[in-house]
Amino acid sequence: MTALLEVSNLRKSYGDQVVLHDIDLTVNQHDVICLIGASGSGKSTLLRCLNLLEQIDDGTIVFDENEISDPRVDVRSVRRRIGMVFQAYNLFPHLSVLQNCTLAPMKVAGISRDEATERARARLARFGLGDKENAHPDQLSGGQQQRVALVRALCTQPDVLLLDEITAALDPELVGEVLDIVRAEAEAGMTMLLATHEMGFAREVATKVCFLDNGRILEQGPPEQVLGNPTEERTREFLRRVL
Amino acid sequence: MSWEPSARELERRAVRRSLHRRGLLIAGAITTVVAIGLYLLITTSAGWPSFKEAFLNGYHARKSFHAVLKGFWINVKMFLIAEPLILVVGISVAIIRNTVTPWLTPVRILAVIYTDVFRGLPTLLVVSITCLGLPALNLTGVPTDLVVLGIFGLVLCYGAYVAEVVRAGIDSIHPSQIASADALGLSRAQATRYVVLPQALRRVAPPLLNDFVSLQKDTCLVAGVGVFETLLAATDYGNYHFNFTPFVVSGALFLMLTIPLARLTDYFGKRALLRERGR
Repeated sequence: MTALLEVSNLRKSYGDQVVLHDIDLTVNQHDVICLIGASGSGKSTLLRCLNLLEQIDDGTIVFDENEISDPRVDVRSVRRRIGMVFQAYNLFPHLSVLQNCTLAPMKVAGISRDEATERARARLARFGLGDKENAHPDQLSGGQQQRVALVRALCTQPDVLLLDEITAALDPELVGEVLDIVRAEAEAGMTMLLATHEMGFAREVATKVCFLDNGRILEQGPPEQVLGNPTEERTREFLRRVL
Repeated sequence: MSWEPSARELERRAVRRSLHRRGLLIAGAITTVVAIGLYLLITTSAGWPSFKEAFLNGYHARKSFHAVLKGFWINVKMFLIAEPLILVVGISVAIIRNTVTPWLTPVRILAVIYTDVFRGLPTLLVVSITCLGLPALNLTGVPTDLVVLGIFGLVLCYGAYVAEVVRAGIDSIHPSQIASADALGLSRAQATRYVVLPQALRRVAPPLLNDFVSLQKDTCLVAGVGVFETLLAATDYGNYHFNFTPFVVSGALFLMLTIPLARLTDYFGKRALLRERGR
């Protein structure tokens, strides 16, 4: 089976500061990969590189057998297939919940309004947001907003979902309701990469955990190995501090 | 630890360079084609020779230049004085309209009436009334200098426009900004002065510039009451010599001020934006 996403030798710097060195990462269909590591270790930057939000300095990113790090690639056609959810929700404040969820399917994928609305309603209802479709984002709690952001990303029917510390801005009580959606999608077979600080959740849903330190993947493997019995001293030190 | 770009990266850079070159080439080619097309369209029109004679006459341009420039200096003085006054009026009215205390209710009502009335009246009408009507009242202390009265009329009209622009800017600042200022213990006035206004004014800088450029042009309205500013000077010359070139000279003088001003505002706006986004 060929990998859905294959990252080789990726390097990214801002000026003199190198934030990602020699990143090699293979993402297979239905993988749920958790990127862990301290703030500033490069987790978010890696996700942004995969979505072509950042121009990489070296290495290659191959997505579904196409090298998307090629400058000639049609960036929008790549992003149509890769969903992303941000830490700060980034919902459109001038649109209702339902409109947030139907905008891209209608304008980008060209789905009819009725169909887009129907799909969005079904997803919103499934994740307990059925009664919020006419609310505006600022009227919702953080947890509700982040759930809407997840639904918005899922409504574009991406092949892979990138989740950038989506629970970092939420208080512990709200984290659960957001992670429930992620868990449900993982069980349904969605391929996901998530930068996260939720070690318990990573252990539960991840098929692979990568520990990033200073822009390198120091250790990667199944969660029970990386989280349960890490080989690197830096990983052990990090886990001692967060657990 | 040194890093050498891989062969693939070097190849990618070459592609990026060639895509960039291609972009420049397209931009240059399409611009040249459009420019030549416009030039040909104008210069081959039937009336071009007589138009050139009447509007683009070098002799009349030189001969009228002194009078037009002397008039233009009056326009410059008028808007240099009017602009700061308009900013003061506009910002004050905008702030008053955004206050909430019940004590200021009458002032708020006045502010609403002021903007509604002076935004709705034709500027030429207001300038005519302040220039001709005010002195006719024979009140003591009212200046009789038409330039001063003209500035007063312009400030009245443009103060109302600017007040609305600034108010839109204030309204566009997210309530969370005021909430965090409140949380830091700032008074409402301090929050407005140090948190809301700086962000609001930066956001509305382009439409403010619009109003100021418009004001610079509207200083010509005092020509209507007989002040020999640039427009009247050009008209006067035209009436004596049957040539319209002075209007073009006058127009060029305005553009020489407004275009650099627009570029400068863009530059400062962009710099502030980049600083805020941390680049």
